[in-house]
Amino acid sequence: MNRAKLLVLQVLVAVALLAIWHVITVYPIFGSVKNAQFFFSTPVDVLARVWRELSGTEIWGHLWITLQETILAFALGAGGGILVGFVFARNDLLAAVFDPYIKAANALPRVVLAPIFALWFGLGIWSKVALGFTLVFFIVFFNVYQGVREVSPTVLANARMLGMNERQLLRHVYWPAALTWMFSSLHTSVGFALVGAVVGEYLGSSAGLGYKIHEAESVFDVTGVFAGMFILAIFVILIDSLVTVIENRLLAWKPGQSNAR
Amino acid sequence: MQELSPAPVAVGLNGSAITFPLKGSATYTAVEGIDLAVRPGEFVAIVGPTGCGKSTLLNAAAGLLAPSAGQVDVFGAPLSGLNGRAGYLFQADALMPWKSAIDNVAVALEPKGVPRQQALEQAKAWLARVGLKSFVESYPHMLSGGQRKRVALAQMLIRDPEILLMDEPFGPLDAQTRQLMGNLLLKLWAADRKACMFVTHDLEEAIALADRVVVMSAGPAARIIGDFPVPLSRPRDTAEIRLDPEFHHIHKEIWASLRTEVQKAYGAEEIA
Repeated sequence: MNRAKLLVLQVLVAVALLAIWHVITVYPIFGSVKNAQFFFSTPVDVLARVWRELSGTEIWGHLWITLQETILAFALGAGGGILVGFVFARNDLLAAVFDPYIKAANALPRVVLAPIFALWFGLGIWSKVALGFTLVFFIVFFNVYQGVREVSPTVLANARMLGMNERQLLRHVYWPAALTWMFSSLHTSVGFALVGAVVGEYLGSSAGLGYKIHEAESVFDVTGVFAGMFILAIFVILIDSLVTVIENRLLAWKPGQSNAR
Repeated sequence: MQELSPAPVAVGLNGSAITFPLKGSATYTAVEGIDLAVRPGEFVAIVGPTGCGKSTLLNAAAGLLAPSAGQVDVFGAPLSGLNGRAGYLFQADALMPWKSAIDNVAVALEPKGVPRQQALEQAKAWLARVGLKSFVESYPHMLSGGQRKRVALAQMLIRDPEILLMDEPFGPLDAQTRQLMGNLLLKLWAADRKACMFVTHDLEEAIALADRVVVMSAGPAARIIGDFPVPLSRPRDTAEIRLDPEFHHIHKEIWASLRTEVQKAYGAEEIA
């Protein structure tokens, strides 16, 4: 598929959706325009608000807070997931004993933890980091566990025949195998770190993008809510493309990844 | 003659048997009553029908499997754990996919405590020796099957093991690449003639490469049923030697004992 053609089609989808939205909220097709605008705002208003927010200074502070929470939640969650995933994968007894608890903890909807975290860590960034951590940790944990478990037996036997000791096996075989799996879930886990941050802010905080959206919602400022979601979407796309760049650099050895060298 | 040679046997399997546990208390005996001695400097090929436990035998010599009966001796000492004096060339891809060719080769020297810079230099020289001078930085997935085998060969040989164990290493390759790899192997082996155990199902390949061809019976409980010397002169070219009348003579002789076993193996598969 031609890149330019693809881009045109992608833009076309956005234009079509905005056009439908515009027509519904500006022309009285489904009853009163006032009603429709109360519930859905209008694309022009929303985009104008997005522009005003982004050219102002206040939103950047909120974005910075959300970014900090996302990065911290990802770093701590990934670190913990890698560590525990590794230990469990190399220790069958431990894995078997903790298996039901891990599953139970993972099955728990994280939203119910948010008030507890607010109680423990206050309304600052750490309660949001904790929420993001609980999401990221399990994704990374399961991937690393799987990755270490499923190292090719031939690669492992070969490394052992080369005389590698346990430490060298860890460094040259298990660790890279686990990292591969972790990176394959990088998009998901970074996304969840952000979800944790925003949901946490939404449920109780005084700063961040989730707080902005919540604030607009509480005064029925639909334009503000939609504008907040738009900014969030832009933010997510930026972070996701950054992840893609990092991924391509780190997984250069993988077939199908960027071979541009 | 060999009997007078004081050098100990490089790899000796003495009355070895290897069994695998099946479901419940049942077991499967792969090989049984194996007596095999590979002397230093000797290239021994092991042939047999599919599923006869050739690879099992090799894994026992490598210490990857422990025999359930008998024992494995390495230079006169009983083997326990992995065979640290042996290098192993696997049939399947065994390179670390996350390491470039040079890193894959250089890392083989790390357990020996060779400094990294020195290891990289040696690895580069080895890659040149196996004909991969311009693929030093390539990752395994960018290389062809034959090229990956060359990297694996360099990885095995850079450690300078005293025994080479090879498990149908060229099995997955196409016919021409196989012959090229055979010649490369012989060239590298001729430099210092290490003891060599080469498992293959291809009798022609076995004769072209080896000093001795050992024939195994069909499994289960496979045994050694024949041991044939290959008195062809070296250096050999693995493609041209197949035209040698002496080659045909040896092939005919070994095939006579191998054929019934191959038929047995196929018969067993058809029933199963």
